[in-house]
Amino acid sequence: MSKTFTPSIATPAVITANDLRMGHCVWMRDGDWTADPREAQLFEDEAIADLAMLEAIGQANIVVGPYLAEAKRGADGRPEPTHFREAFRRRGPSNYFHGIQAELEASNV
Amino acid sequence: MFDARPQHNEYLRYRAQQFRSQVERRLDGSLTEEEFRPLRLMNGVYLQLHAYMLRVAIPYGTISPDQMRTLALLAEKWDKGYGHWTTRQNIQYNWPKLVDIPDMLDALADVGLHAIQTSGNTIRNVTTDAYAGAAADEVVDPRPYAELLRAWSTDHAEFQFLPRKFKIAISGGEKDRAVIAAHDIGLRLRRNEQGELGFQVWIGGGLGRTPILGQVVREFLPEADLLPFVEAIISAYNLAGRRDNKYKARIKITVAERGLDVMRDEIEAEFLNRRAVFSGVDQDLVAEFREVYAAPAFRNEADGDYEARRAASVGFRSWTDTNLSTHKAPGYASVMVTFKAPGQTPGDASADQMRLLADLAERYGHADLRISHDQNVVLPHVHKSDLFALYSELKAAGLATANAGLISDIVACPGMDYCALATARSIPIAQEIADHFRARDIEDEIGKIDIRISGCINACGHHHLGHIGILGLDRAGVENYQITLGGDGYDIPAIGQRPGAGFPAEEVVPAIDRIINTYLDLRDSAEERFIDAYRRVGAAPFKAALYPVNA
Repeated sequence: MSKTFTPSIATPAVITANDLRMGHCVWMRDGDWTADPREAQLFEDEAIADLAMLEAIGQANIVVGPYLAEAKRGADGRPEPTHFREAFRRRGPSNYFHGIQAELEASNV
Repeated sequence: MFDARPQHNEYLRYRAQQFRSQVERRLDGSLTEEEFRPLRLMNGVYLQLHAYMLRVAIPYGTISPDQMRTLALLAEKWDKGYGHWTTRQNIQYNWPKLVDIPDMLDALADVGLHAIQTSGNTIRNVTTDAYAGAAADEVVDPRPYAELLRAWSTDHAEFQFLPRKFKIAISGGEKDRAVIAAHDIGLRLRRNEQGELGFQVWIGGGLGRTPILGQVVREFLPEADLLPFVEAIISAYNLAGRRDNKYKARIKITVAERGLDVMRDEIEAEFLNRRAVFSGVDQDLVAEFREVYAAPAFRNEADGDYEARRAASVGFRSWTDTNLSTHKAPGYASVMVTFKAPGQTPGDASADQMRLLADLAERYGHADLRISHDQNVVLPHVHKSDLFALYSELKAAGLATANAGLISDIVACPGMDYCALATARSIPIAQEIADHFRARDIEDEIGKIDIRISGCINACGHHHLGHIGILGLDRAGVENYQITLGGDGYDIPAIGQRPGAGFPAEEVVPAIDRIINTYLDLRDSAEERFIDAYRRVGAAPFKAALYPVNA
């Protein structure tokens, strides 16, 4: 689901993908990957985002299908989704407490 | 040819080993994702929203208790304790890790199961009636032919790179419970005037973004000509099907663009070539498969306390009224175990439930289990004297919901809760509709009705065929649901029609409620089903209820 928008201060973005071995969603942060969407790096500059995307594509032995997903800066400065699909990816399914919502709760205990 | 009985299978082990090697090469960088993707898809491995998904074929929905226990093992050991029955009689696991999938395929191979051709542009799992071999109205059990087609099509070299996926369904008789009109090839077993067995052959049906009902390409095909004729159809399609546009690549478009007569001429010509080289080995195999699927030794005994139990227990009576079908053997019934209990995700089965069904099938059901198109499980052969005991055990496990064919027995694809292709969620909509009508306590009053929900235009929830269909879409970043009315996958195949604009998620239940209230007001009698009333009066009253003009 690649986006045609240009990352900017008005339309920030995160880089997200799935982990190759395990399949779970991951987000890019400082050239590395995190399974915590709140820790994702927010890209507000096109050139920096392009470079990071090249780096992400180069990590094809770690992740599958990296793409820029539109995001917004939340009140706490952390990225938040702008589309419901990305919101579901960050949370997990709505019929069971599985996926990231469960992982994050477990890690907070 | 490929042998797939419920026992250890060396060929499947070999295929699992192949996939293990492919995964290793992907992980060590020898294969790129572009190279690996078609290989994993050929083995039923998708990458979904939150995880990989493994789709395991359940051939024509028929599964043995040992195979069912293996499905439970997979759910427990490598997934999150459950699996999802699909509308194509398969099972999907939503949370496997790529590194574990070769082990899962090994476990499946031990009982003759696999995930081959559950994806990709190949001939997919052949589907049929969940009541095959049991239904009173059946001409003949379609499963020997389904098995022949499966054995023939599995890894068939000529048909590994078709223009698009290809689906075959077989009905055992005139009463179609296999939705043959909505398949690339639909086969209906029938007898001609001489009493000889053969097939009515349909081609060019399909749902998705361009729903089209199939057309009859041959009224009567002698049963011995099945494989050469099917080969001729797929060969003609393989050559003529479009490869320039994914959305125009299914045979339904090939037939629609070129015309049925052109296709028929090509098929009949190719059929003669193909038939000439068939040696008869296929007929030997069908004879063998008839033995495999010979009817069990039905007991010829009285119903026991069946009627007394029905009289004494309201719950049992309600369940037997709703969830049983007429069996061809005296004293027997086929049982639909619905996976649509309150709060349940349509079609989701826990490992414990799978094991219980395996045990119950051995104890009460001649060790036979089926997965149905509507995401339920059928015990096709249960003697009436065993029904109360079966019901009691199902009830204790929360599996005796008396709602087969009722408004809470909703078909729904996984939607955007899991699927990467989805444009909206399906599961919560299904749950909300079921909860709403349960709360109104009018399920029985509404009677038989078929609601089907898809989370995108690809139509895995078969929404076009629902009496009420619901299609989830993304409208400017908000989930929105289009309603269709008048679809039917069974008695009189029909594609549902859109009465008007879609509804946001929170307005779907009120909209369905207005449709149902309209139906209850205008039906002739309690016996007139929703779809019959709709056919009688047309869309207008429902449209008026859905889109009231504000005063």
